[in-house]
Amino acid sequence: MNFILIAVIVLGAIGLIAALVLFAASKKFAVYEDPRAAQVSELLPGANCGGCGFAGCGGMADALVKGADAGSLEGLNCPVGGAVVMGQVADLLGMAIANGEPKVAVVRCNGTCEHRARIVEYAGLRTCAAVHACGAGETACGFGCLGCGDCVEVCKFDAIHINAEMGIAEVDEDKCMSCGTCAMVCPRGIIELRKKGPKGRRVYVSCVNKDKGPAAMKACAVSCIGCGKCEKECPFGAITVENNLAYIDPDKCRLCRKCEKVCPKQAIVAVNFPAPKPKPDIPESPEIPESLAQSKRKEDQA
Amino acid sequence: MKARTFSIGGIHPEENKLTHEAVTQVAALPKQAIFPLSQHIGAPAKPVVQKGDKVKVGTLIAEAGGFVSAPIYSSVSGTVFKIDTAIDATGYRKPVIIINVEGDEWEESIDRSDKLETVEAHPELTPEEIVSRIKTAGVVGMGGACFPTFIKLTPPPTAKAECVIINAVECEPYITADYRLMMEHADEILVGVELLMKATKVNKGYIGIETNKPAAIELLTQKCAEKFNASTCHVEVVPLKQRYPQGGEKQLVDAVIQRQVPAPPAIPVNVGAIVQNVGTAFAVYEAVMKHKPLFERYTTVTGKKLQNPGNFLVRMGTPMQDLIDACGGMPEGDNKLLAGGPMMGKALTSTEVPICKGTNSVTIISDDEARRKEPQPCIRCAKCVGVCPMGLEPYLLAKLSEVKNWERAESEDIISCIECGSCQFICPAHRPLLDNIRLGKTTVMGIIRTRNVK
Repeated sequence: MNFILIAVIVLGAIGLIAALVLFAASKKFAVYEDPRAAQVSELLPGANCGGCGFAGCGGMADALVKGADAGSLEGLNCPVGGAVVMGQVADLLGMAIANGEPKVAVVRCNGTCEHRARIVEYAGLRTCAAVHACGAGETACGFGCLGCGDCVEVCKFDAIHINAEMGIAEVDEDKCMSCGTCAMVCPRGIIELRKKGPKGRRVYVSCVNKDKGPAAMKACAVSCIGCGKCEKECPFGAITVENNLAYIDPDKCRLCRKCEKVCPKQAIVAVNFPAPKPKPDIPESPEIPESLAQSKRKEDQA
Repeated sequence: MKARTFSIGGIHPEENKLTHEAVTQVAALPKQAIFPLSQHIGAPAKPVVQKGDKVKVGTLIAEAGGFVSAPIYSSVSGTVFKIDTAIDATGYRKPVIIINVEGDEWEESIDRSDKLETVEAHPELTPEEIVSRIKTAGVVGMGGACFPTFIKLTPPPTAKAECVIINAVECEPYITADYRLMMEHADEILVGVELLMKATKVNKGYIGIETNKPAAIELLTQKCAEKFNASTCHVEVVPLKQRYPQGGEKQLVDAVIQRQVPAPPAIPVNVGAIVQNVGTAFAVYEAVMKHKPLFERYTTVTGKKLQNPGNFLVRMGTPMQDLIDACGGMPEGDNKLLAGGPMMGKALTSTEVPICKGTNSVTIISDDEARRKEPQPCIRCAKCVGVCPMGLEPYLLAKLSEVKNWERAESEDIISCIECGSCQFICPAHRPLLDNIRLGKTTVMGIIRTRNVK
């Protein structure tokens, strides 16, 4: 009986001392965690895609709380959650919404198999990075899409795929969360995050070839040759031609589509506009998915 | 005497030296010569001519664009047609100077006689003077890497040069340009070696030659004995056992003087050796003694299906197509065109790519030989580890690059890889080891550079 008592007393004493030490330590070394960070974390999508520029959603939540304390949420944007999530976060933190314009990844290359002839055969490692390091790739265009799908591999939202028929990457606009990972991994910088535009309508130069006209023309049938016709035509000064390549500033573009009509190479693409009046012999089918409609429109122009 | 070789790794690919006995021909002048501004490691050269300018053979057309850079001289006489872009050996369009060839008029400063100049007859040649002439003439490493020679000859103050090692190994299959050069210009090469030794203030020189070139070993041994018998300099021909990649700088230092160059950023001079290609020694002779800038070189045009493969003395800027035509034209069917040999050569996408300072060979491999086999899973046989001349673990480095684990790749010393391709050559599963490692190496080197800038 005595032994049991001793054991209970000893263990009880050790327990008590340990509890006191732990209590003291927890008070002394307490790390203050803003409860709002956890709440913000709840609101964020939790995809940990890194599109915001921070290491995952936790990092973004901390940055948002810190930003709120400093008085501004400027420069902080969750591209995946978009305006909705950012609005919720701003409400929670008692801040005004800083930004919102939704964006989408745009593949600026139109060099499909039919437009851009394959002049050599590449037999090495099939990743865009490897092909890019090795040379211009299978076509004569040293700027265009290599079609090996480095972007497909990194996309967390299954929003970009290689169209096997066209040999270039295609973005599924509905799935794209504009996190920008694909743009970062593309060794040729073809993918750009552009404003989605009203009803998804936007006009852009679907080419990044900086070669002079004759060389660009030889490499691809739909390359921008830097002729400058679009620059002259644009009534809003939205187009600049630099290094033999036109660029449309999405902030200035008013979607008038005049540039698209004057481009001699069909390098300027307008997407999601209502189709021109249907020709009488082709019945219009409303069921075409958006991505297909886009490629179809390109074909129509070609 | 037993032939030496380097201590770890190495392979022995089929030699295919088809053009061993083909006496060097002088290639015809091209109609139009193309001069890429990046023919060397370092900053691209800056053009000093304009459209319409008249140039002669040996006229400066582009000056060095930085410290690590080299000037470029015209190899032809004629009119500058334009400064434009053209596809070069990188596969991309790069700035070039294009010259329309008219006649063949040389700058008067160039000594075109065959008279052999000796170092003894030119006491005005101080080490500084030699280095400065080499720098002005735009001489770069002729083995293929094209590192400006004058930088190698002025080692950092922390290192002391003890000997010059001449790289006449030519371990790459198919190529015979260096061999022909040795057979045809042995005397000039030895004067070049002497100049290199004087420039670096050493009196010990070695010439490393693989035993598959017995005639060159015999010829140079005899010439060395005659020339350096009574001299304070001592140059020795070192026969080396055939093994690839013996022509790699670090492997050659190991094979010849049994010293191991530590991992980068260490260079051979840190263990006392200055390594120069045999072609560079010849270019140094011509630059210093004949005032002839670097504008022509020995190049092998080869391939099993080629009708008349041969060795050529070719003016730089000549499109490869001209040389291929001189050998009987491109063989039928699909072919792989390489600038350099089959192991380290660069696959090209156009036959219009010009011969540059580093183009030691134009190699044409037929479709059936060039085609890669389907990669299979790694069977952990460790053959790649056994053959790696740098003592790396290629299977691991390739995997680390594949999964983008750059920190680990760096700690596994990926930047020591010399990209010799032995691992990929030996791999029984045909895995694209070097493709992956090369990507990883470039990325890791980029990471290190940005870190150093910060």
